[in-house]
Amino acid sequence: MRGGQDEARARVLQFTNCRILRGRALLRCGVRGRALLREDLWVREGRILDPEKLFFEERRVADEQRDCGGCILAPGFIDVQINGGFGVDFSQATEDVGSGVALVARRILSHGVTSFCPTLVTSPPEVYHKVLPQIPVKSGGPHGAGVLGVHLEGPFISREKRGAHPEAHLRSFEANAFHDVLATYGPLDNVRIVTLAPELGRSREVIRALAARGICVSLGHSVANLQAAEEAVQCGATFITHLFNAMLPFHHRDPGIVGLLTSDRLPPGRHIFYGMIADGMHTNPAALRIAHRAHPQGLVLVTDAVPALGLGNGRHTLGQQEVEVVGLTAYVAGTKTLSGSIAPMDVCVRHFLQATGCSVELALEAASLHPAQLLGLEKHKGTLDFGADADFVVLDDSLHVRATYISGELVWQAEEARQ
Amino acid sequence: MRLVILDNYDLASEWAAKYICNRIIQFKPGQDRYFTLGLPTGSTPLGCYKKLIEYHKNGDLSFKYVKTFNMDEYVGLPRNHPESYHSYMWNNFFKHIDIDPKNAHILDGNAADLQAECDAFEKKIKEAGGIDLFVGGIGPDGHIAFNEPGSSLVSRTRLKTLAMDTILANAKYFDGDLSKVPTMALTVGVGTVMDAREVMILITGAHKAFALYKAIEEGVNHMWTVSAFQQHPRTIFVCDEDATLELRVKTVKYFKDSKLF
Repeated sequence: MRGGQDEARARVLQFTNCRILRGRALLRCGVRGRALLREDLWVREGRILDPEKLFFEERRVADEQRDCGGCILAPGFIDVQINGGFGVDFSQATEDVGSGVALVARRILSHGVTSFCPTLVTSPPEVYHKVLPQIPVKSGGPHGAGVLGVHLEGPFISREKRGAHPEAHLRSFEANAFHDVLATYGPLDNVRIVTLAPELGRSREVIRALAARGICVSLGHSVANLQAAEEAVQCGATFITHLFNAMLPFHHRDPGIVGLLTSDRLPPGRHIFYGMIADGMHTNPAALRIAHRAHPQGLVLVTDAVPALGLGNGRHTLGQQEVEVVGLTAYVAGTKTLSGSIAPMDVCVRHFLQATGCSVELALEAASLHPAQLLGLEKHKGTLDFGADADFVVLDDSLHVRATYISGELVWQAEEARQ
Repeated sequence: MRLVILDNYDLASEWAAKYICNRIIQFKPGQDRYFTLGLPTGSTPLGCYKKLIEYHKNGDLSFKYVKTFNMDEYVGLPRNHPESYHSYMWNNFFKHIDIDPKNAHILDGNAADLQAECDAFEKKIKEAGGIDLFVGGIGPDGHIAFNEPGSSLVSRTRLKTLAMDTILANAKYFDGDLSKVPTMALTVGVGTVMDAREVMILITGAHKAFALYKAIEEGVNHMWTVSAFQQHPRTIFVCDEDATLELRVKTVKYFKDSKLF
């Protein structure tokens, strides 16, 4: 326990006049689920506090009350796939990668994101060796959203389904399995997620080795059939990278990776999580609904945002590329070719809610609880249960972000709210 | 006694809440002068608590200088169990008002020495200057707090084994599973409540009608412990029409026509 006596004297903050997303207690024939409850949120020393315990054991009341104006308080959003933003490209090996990460970390606070996984696309080993050590796991705060670890998307992916990944840098681990992985990436200390194609030779060994190190293995950019995908999950894979994109389409006699959503061959007690880009562009709303209805508890909203995220309308030079931004769409300049997603996380949440017609609770969980569960962090992140980190967003009824809090501290506030 | 009969549960709850509210305000509590309130749990007082919370939120009633003493608590149930009386009081009352946590007293059913806990509770009541108004309910077996049939009418706060009637009535809060219902509780005694300067008993619903009849139209009897209040100088019974179903028409007419209020 931190502090002991210090904790007892620390300030207690009570957020009132709000609706919070919290699990209901297991009641008679009730299901343990989350609902928007009219409850106050109590915070002390950066964690959510149990006010009943405070009342009866410590005999204390709050030191400060903050009126939330009837708003919704949801766990802070967690983005497990974001390639950069605001002109920053995480896959670029500069001398000061840290500043780029810090800039993105600070700017995504206004999108309601309180934790994220900077993502690197397929790159040569030199880039990984230079960049990875510069992106340590870091707690969030007024400086920006927390870094949970890096997501390495590639280079061990399918040639056919590489999408925008550079062909020259694709690799296989057929020769030395996990040793090839280490040789390519360097030390894996800061790595949280690895996306790979399970049809590559010796993938089972690699998946087992990564899973044994607590790294989340995701299937993506792959032509694997359902059987290969199921075997990968049995070896420890737990995620699918941007469902539908860069994989074989669903076929009724071989559903491919998409079939994992309803597979009966997964290890008992486990289900698959799958990322979805709900920007209104990368996935047809009908496809979004099919996935959501087939397996709502596994859906994880991701932005998969590119460096053009957050840049205004017009032309921008990003590394070797010329990109044209028009509203929420980014094109390769002068063409109609999409150049990656630039919809912020809160936009994705709103679009997801509107496209699927799901409950507000589920839409919020898809951006918070589910990614936390994917990464095994659900005791402290993605939830407003007692003892969890006090990372949360204040939302109005249409799910626009009014304010963002990390560890109980206000780290961003909308303009109107500041008056 | 006074017998106040309202048309339905909501009106009875409101009448009781207004009475408590007025009592506190008229008392003019302050830093050296706390109003002491005895409090019940169960489904009957829920409407009354809601009204009191409403008066507080409207700015008409403060509990800053009020001390409360709850009647009872289960033995062996963890304090944060959803069905403990601590949870009940927190969720239905304390978390919505401005009472000082140090002034909210509930018996600890997990104390190492249960009798010592009961003795300490009696002492706290004494140190607070006694109870100004004790609010209670009535069980279907006519009990006040957990003073089950056969309890001494001069009893003090102590450990009691619950009667089958009570366990059956409580089963609905424990998934209908009798094995999950606590069988023992700490409770204020009949004598403890009789010591209060004023007592208000809330009784609503047809299922309580027979108990009300036994309590006020028959004699003082330890099998129907609420009957002890026939010997208290200031007791009010607040009920709805349904609770009067077993009373004599004559009794009901007297109190309805009475100019006492």
